[in-house]
Amino acid sequence: MADFKSDILNRVAAGTKNIWPIYIKELRSYFNSAVAYVVIVVFLAFLGWFYASNIFLLNLASLREMFETARWVFLFIIPAITMRLLAEEKKSGTIELLTTKPVYDIEIVLGKFLAAWSLIGFALVPTLVYYLIVALHGNIDHGPVLGGYLGLMLMAGVYVSMGLFASSITENQIVAFILGIFLIVVFFVLDKILIFVPSYLVSIFEYLGTDFHFLNMARGVIDTRDLVYFASAAGCMLYCSVLALERRKW
Amino acid sequence: MAIAVRNLVKFYGREKAVDNISFDVKTGEILGFLGPNGAGKTTTMKIITCYMPQSAGSVEVDGLEVATHAHEVKRKIGYLPELNPLYLDMNVLEYLEYSAQLHGLRGTRLRERQREMIDVCGLGDVRHKEIGELSKGYRQRVGLAQAMIHDPEVLILDEPTSGLDPNQIVEIRNLIRRLGRAKTVVLSTHILSEVQATCDRVVIINDGTIVADGTPGELQRNFRGSETLTLEIKASVSNPLTDLLPKLKGLPNVENVELRGSEGSVHSFLLHTVKGTDVREDLFRRAVAEQWVLLEMTRQATSLEEVFHKLTRTEQAH
Repeated sequence: MADFKSDILNRVAAGTKNIWPIYIKELRSYFNSAVAYVVIVVFLAFLGWFYASNIFLLNLASLREMFETARWVFLFIIPAITMRLLAEEKKSGTIELLTTKPVYDIEIVLGKFLAAWSLIGFALVPTLVYYLIVALHGNIDHGPVLGGYLGLMLMAGVYVSMGLFASSITENQIVAFILGIFLIVVFFVLDKILIFVPSYLVSIFEYLGTDFHFLNMARGVIDTRDLVYFASAAGCMLYCSVLALERRKW
Repeated sequence: MAIAVRNLVKFYGREKAVDNISFDVKTGEILGFLGPNGAGKTTTMKIITCYMPQSAGSVEVDGLEVATHAHEVKRKIGYLPELNPLYLDMNVLEYLEYSAQLHGLRGTRLRERQREMIDVCGLGDVRHKEIGELSKGYRQRVGLAQAMIHDPEVLILDEPTSGLDPNQIVEIRNLIRRLGRAKTVVLSTHILSEVQATCDRVVIINDGTIVADGTPGELQRNFRGSETLTLEIKASVSNPLTDLLPKLKGLPNVENVELRGSEGSVHSFLLHTVKGTDVREDLFRRAVAEQWVLLEMTRQATSLEEVFHKLTRTEQAH
């Protein structure tokens, strides 16, 4: 039994050891180019404009307003960071270098996914300042803050996987960007168009919408149903990206 | 580490890019893969390197079928794709490190190989530069360094010298020959002098099929048409057309003789001889017997270039 277990662990290790170099390479390329800084600055500028300028006027001891602003900014900022991930490799032909090395396609997809996801994480770090401001001036409820950050990151994960999928099916970055926005917006509005939906489909639409689950978590309730949703949505999109990458073999 | 290609077929949609080709590459051999653009060279190489699978047939690298053992095969192969794609925003050291990591190298072994490749490929001066800033010649060296970083036993190089200037071509060619000494190398090109300069064997491919396979020497011999000899004879005769020409024509295996010109007692001729024969000895004896002085006797061998043109042009005709 122990042998069997270590065999599986060895296999997983052998099948994932290239994620790290790919992750580091992508992250480095974000920070070596202007992309990372532009993303972080734009993200914070939007938050500053729409949220921080009102932080004292709102007079609320919660970060809910910030989370709600952030999720709008995600709609276009995430496709912008994911659009080049695979499209550029296909356009420049470097995908051929990558896929003729002893690397599994899933490692390529995961490495790139994690790099873009981390970048969103880095962009969220400075927002802790708002947390400090609010926490110092009022009696903040920590549950919704924690749930909000977790929900925001999980939702970002789903968006990144959608953007990555868009990037995997084209070699044109603009197409990847627009397709990415489209996918993300569709899933974002699903729970907002319920009045147009036949009643027997309402719960399905609601469950498929990303925002519905985010809002649940932002209330400070961490429900496994939401976690399962985020994990399976991202997993599904990443799997589709792997399939698209393998399309060269058809 | 041998490569065996058997009845390889590749369709792109309905279009047949590679049509039932078979060839072997022996361990330690440098094989030149020759053909006009669009003949199926790149497709074949992409299949050998596991970039895409074949439609039918088999490719074995060291006894491993590429379609089913892709991961193991990839480990053994170093590949320089066509047009040498590179990450232009990385510097040379970073890029070599990345390539090495993807081949599973870590720690001291990685540093060692990285240093060695910088050394061997002459990248010392540019190692901190971004690849996007490098000249084409240097980029090609980076591409080769990347392909060799894990010390593979097989090297697949798709047009390694395309787009380089003549000096760079010589450099890269020498590099390939030096690096390829202990390795099995498949090198595609449409430049003929390259094959003559670097390869042990040549496979000529056209329209997806193999039209010739052999050493450069063999191909020249096999595809030689009638051979020609340029001849300059000094003989005091009044009329070379009546006194010399018939005698030359009378030699065995001579098909035709042309008088190119006469200057005093020096006459030059062009002899067409039967394929695969050598008339030089008979000619010499005749000259001695007739008391001619042979000033020049040059054999014009068919170049590989002519072989290539002959093979690929006739194919294109139908």
